[in-house]
Amino acid sequence: MAKIKGDIVINVERCKGCEVCIASCPFSTIAMTKEVNGKGYHYAVKVNDDCTGCMNCAIVCPDGVITVYRAKVMAE
Amino acid sequence: MEEQFAKLDIRKNENIVYKRTDLLVDRPLSYCPGCGHGTVHRMLMETLEEMGLQDKTIGVSPVGCSVLAYDFMNIDMLGAAHGRAPALATAIKRMWPDRFVFTYQGDGDLAAIGTAETIHACNRGEHFTMIFINNGIYGMTGGQMAPTTLPNMRTSTSPYGRDTNIMGFPLKMTELVAQLPGTYYVTRQAVHTPSAVRKTKKAIRKAFENQKNKTGISFIEVVSNCNSGWKMTPVQSNKWMEENMFPFYPLGDIKIDGVLVTPKAETVKV
Ligand SMILES: Cc1ncc(C[n+]2csc(CCOP(=O)(O)OP(=O)(O)O)c2C)c(N)n1
Ligand code: SF4
Ligand code: SF4
Ligand code: SF4
Ligand SMILES: [Mg+2]
Repeated sequence: MAKIKGDIVINVERCKGCEVCIASCPFSTIAMTKEVNGKGYHYAVKVNDDCTGCMNCAIVCPDGVITVYRAKVMAE
Repeated sequence: MEEQFAKLDIRKNENIVYKRTDLLVDRPLSYCPGCGHGTVHRMLMETLEEMGLQDKTIGVSPVGCSVLAYDFMNIDMLGAAHGRAPALATAIKRMWPDRFVFTYQGDGDLAAIGTAETIHACNRGEHFTMIFINNGIYGMTGGQMAPTTLPNMRTSTSPYGRDTNIMGFPLKMTELVAQLPGTYYVTRQAVHTPSAVRKTKKAIRKAFENQKNKTGISFIEVVSNCNSGWKMTPVQSNKWMEENMFPFYPLGDIKIDGVLVTPKAETVKV
């Protein structure tokens, strides 16, 4: 059976660690790092495999640093 | 850490469903983390990209945190003196009636120093779009009280809260301009959640579609956060905005196709 799967890529050097994306993700796919980027901000990372590519995080990110991918895949 | 969850079979160009528009210049925005200005910039540029208007649009940037909007929006732009964006946009639109013209202004710019320009451009029924970022404060200069500051709201110039007996009442510029015959579409939106952002983008689209028919001013207020000025985290400021700004500045359309859609009484009540 085909299933919709998503993925995100965060431009971590442009992320300002505002956490607005975290609140918008229905699957708790995003969390903040303990490490900081070149600008000194904690940055957003993907922390599970549940992303459906709904684009919520990317749409709400004030700095527009998230790219979203979505594809149909065969469920294992 | 992130690579652990990378889905390399999906992460291919043909599967991209969302990426930053090329109409935003590829450089970091100057805004504080979580500031709504960036989101509005992106929605505006996405709309112009989708409508194919990149080389047919002239924007006017204000004085305020978004003074550098011309550095981020990859379209023709001019910078106006503080509050004078509607005057400049009037000249541009009259000289170039086939161009799509907009102003992008904060509340200090549009509703304080630029009140006269705002009201008269709206009253004359100029055919451009006004985008009004209302964060209830002068963000750029260090969080001073604005005409839009809520009653009892603390700012650097109202450290004990805005006392309406001394400092007057917050100005609902959007309801005010909706009363003028020269405005055609007047709406109030936000950009703090994905659904709010989608609605804002729809409103921007409608405003630019209206310009094709030269119907008068389309005026879009976006109630936004200023987490630096409000002295909160971005997430806290979005919550504070929902709880405090939205009851006073309710979201939704106020005038559609030249017709008021909310009761007038509400617009004068404080
Ligand atoms: C003629 C003039 N008066 C005052 C200022 C100082 N000034 C710069 S930005 C600003 C207020 C900006 O507030 P707002 O329009 O709400 O924008 P925000 O930064 O909140 O987005 C003021 C008073 C100026 N630059 N020029
Ligand atoms: S695209 Fe949707 S599901 Fe995936 S991380 Fe973003 S908000 Fe979460
Ligand atoms: S919303 Fe954007 S800038 Fe903010 S933490 Fe998420 S990815 Fe980073
Ligand atoms: S001071 Fe306020 S309005 Fe200006 S960039 Fe920072 S959060 Fe945004
Ligand atoms: Mg302001």
